[in-house]
Amino acid sequence: MAKGKNRNPPEVSSGSMADIAFLLLIFFLVTTTIANDKGIAMLLPPPPDESVIQEDIIIPERNLFKILANSKDGLLVENEPYFGTMDELKEEVKKFVLNFGNPTPDGVEVYNSLPPSMKSFINQYGKDPESSDDCTNGKAIVSFKANRGTSYELYIQVLDAVNGAYNEVYAERVGITPEEWLTLDRDDEIQDDMYLRARQGIPRAISIAEPD
Amino acid sequence: MSKFKKSSSANQDIPTAALPDIIFMLLFFFMVTTVMRETDIMVKQKLPRAQQLTKIERKSLVSYIYIGEPKNTGLYGEEPKIQTNDVFITEKDITLFVNQEKDKLSEVERDQITMSMKVDVGVKMGIISDVQQELRKSNARKLLYSSILRVDE
Repeated sequence: MAKGKNRNPPEVSSGSMADIAFLLLIFFLVTTTIANDKGIAMLLPPPPDESVIQEDIIIPERNLFKILANSKDGLLVENEPYFGTMDELKEEVKKFVLNFGNPTPDGVEVYNSLPPSMKSFINQYGKDPESSDDCTNGKAIVSFKANRGTSYELYIQVLDAVNGAYNEVYAERVGITPEEWLTLDRDDEIQDDMYLRARQGIPRAISIAEPD
Repeated sequence: MSKFKKSSSANQDIPTAALPDIIFMLLFFFMVTTVMRETDIMVKQKLPRAQQLTKIERKSLVSYIYIGEPKNTGLYGEEPKIQTNDVFITEKDITLFVNQEKDKLSEVERDQITMSMKVDVGVKMGIISDVQQELRKSNARKLLYSSILRVDE
């Protein structure tokens, strides 16, 4: 009887548990495609309302940064053929947005809220009376028009460069790197506040015209 | 002699009880990250590269539109085609597709539907522009040009 008491409690053999788990694991390994869904976000303009007669809003030439792409993937930037790289285009857009050539009171307010590094950037490259007045609503518009024959690759590259310019401006304004800017989580209150502060007075004014 | 006996009775097995747990952990990781591919993509998909990428916040709000040259050029020709779910559609059917996708969402979320455009780099802008015009009409204005992160050397 003493022998029976000393015996170990009976165990269920769990040796094959690992095998079962392995089988499932291999199944999921094979069927998995890690979601890598990232991209350039854009908001399309609302559909044209036919009941309202469209008024032509005249925007002074200096407040427009025109990028045209033709069917041979050639670029026309500010009415001149463009052969530079996309990084250079990004810098051009940045200079255009941060020009403050003839700022309105709102524009002055935005200018005063900028960090010193950006103010010196503006004083060095900006203040051109032939370029945008300031960066507030409707004063600095980047207009991009592609042709029906333009390749999607070029379209994305240009869109990427223009978005990049804006993102760099926003990131610098709140003192973070552009990479950190892209990963801001707007559900977080502090980060959302940062996001709103950066965009205050500098709307992302990218106009994408219908290709012809 | 008793010394010898003691050493031989010591347990030499490595405990493997935790092994299933480790495997299960891996299993759960893959189960969570997995996305079952329910559609067979019938068009070429070489996505463009870009740097200013944003992540999709909520996957349930996203619908996909694939545009590219058909893989089976013998059957479908070489012109870029639009694919949604499992079928090729024309520009005119985009509205129908958007409405179908919107019906899947709850009423409050319908306006937040995001269209992820998975477009092959070889496609020209004409077809994309046509699709965008249809999307505007059907009030699905949030777009995402799906692309891969470009890393500068």
